[in-house]
Amino acid sequence: MGDAVMKAPRSLLPFSIERVGFVARGRSILADVSATLAPGTLTVILGPNGAGKSVLMRICHGLLEPSSGRIVWNSPELPGAPRRQAMVFQHPVMLRRSAIANIEYALELAGVARVERTARAWRALEQVGLAHIAGRPARVLSGGEQQRVAIARAWAVRPEVLFLDEPTANLDPGATAAVEQAIRAIHDSGTKVVMTTHNLGQARRLADEILFLYAGQLFEQAPADEFFAAPRSEEARAFLKGEVPWH
Amino acid sequence: MNTVGEAFELALGMVVSADPQLWEIVGLSLRVSLAALALAAVLGLTLGAIVAVAQFPGRRAVIVAMNALLGLPSVVVGLLVYLLLSRAGPLGSLGILFTPGAMIVAQAVLVTPLIAALSRQAIEDAWREYREQLRSLGASTPRAARTLLWDTRFSLATTLLAGFGRAISEVGAVMIVGGNIDGVTRVMTTAIALETSKGDLPLALGLGIVLLSIVLVLNVIAFLIREGAQRRYG
Repeated sequence: MGDAVMKAPRSLLPFSIERVGFVARGRSILADVSATLAPGTLTVILGPNGAGKSVLMRICHGLLEPSSGRIVWNSPELPGAPRRQAMVFQHPVMLRRSAIANIEYALELAGVARVERTARAWRALEQVGLAHIAGRPARVLSGGEQQRVAIARAWAVRPEVLFLDEPTANLDPGATAAVEQAIRAIHDSGTKVVMTTHNLGQARRLADEILFLYAGQLFEQAPADEFFAAPRSEEARAFLKGEVPWH
Repeated sequence: MNTVGEAFELALGMVVSADPQLWEIVGLSLRVSLAALALAAVLGLTLGAIVAVAQFPGRRAVIVAMNALLGLPSVVVGLLVYLLLSRAGPLGSLGILFTPGAMIVAQAVLVTPLIAALSRQAIEDAWREYREQLRSLGASTPRAARTLLWDTRFSLATTLLAGFGRAISEVGAVMIVGGNIDGVTRVMTTAIALETSKGDLPLALGLGIVLLSIVLVLNVIAFLIREGAQRRYG
């Protein structure tokens, strides 16, 4: 589990989503979602657009307060202390500075000493294959490059948990392959990866475990091979057959 | 009295030959307005950043007030600062009425709301975009405010230039609190007003040419900053 665990005496994991519901403007987005996520598995939250995947992920990451229920961490983050989890957004926000400075900024907030930051930021960029654009202003990079810089930025801080929200939704196949490779490498480095996707092929390629979300409800939590071989719910069977591509 | 054409010729001559009287006035103008800008920038940017990112009761009222103060008439500012600094006023003991110090205060009061309102808008727009990302990275609210100030630096630079333009071209407030004393508190705008009424058109026009050039140059700089920054940094 490497440095993340060495830094923090007790792991964040496992964490539980306990009967989480979310209501926005009178509309129910999530209802009664419960699951426990353990370390070591790459978890994919799968479901059609509008299923509530992004909202669930934001609640887990602490960006949204659930309307009901709660998230329980094995050893929660302390308020004001550097974060031990990170998130890559579907549309990552690059700060108006160079790609490498974006990563150094995250490292500074993570409490990494100044002398270490540049070297670690370099390594993170190398790991996503973007060392050659380190000095370029981040906001003028292509969408795929920005996504990879965002992944490098999240990875550089060596989080215990990394959330990725539709990390390849707007990318071409080449960029998608590069991002998926980076995600696999992050998982192999010991970070718990939780990602959302509506892309079945991607879920098959990456997932150890599937959380199938549909219309704000969690229908299944199952090992990926079981889920794809024999989905238990009617909704998941229909989704796998491509009968409910959009919601 | 000269014709306008002759006056213009004489004025250009004064500008080109660096007429000492003219440049003394220009120099004081620049010193006063730059000092006022520095003061207003510290206050205005701080206020703008706080109102942009902080949640507090009465925030909307503060925003409305800040926007309303954008149109603050400079003579009213002059009057208020005069009352404040006059011997019987609350800050009368400072003894700075009719000195450049009073003019700096008046221009800073005039420009602070402008900088606060414009920077608040720019920083709040950026905050809407950055909010989740910065929270995710673990930035505290003060840290987020500092990051936003830096990330909006190009539009803030334009805002500061606009503030300087307003300060240096303003006449009512400095006239009231400075008194337009020759060699002490006479700046470009008050000199132009006085010399025009006296009929010394060359000096008035010469100062007018310098003032116009300054404002023009400021706008060119603002334009170039925007253009260049957009292209280079996105």
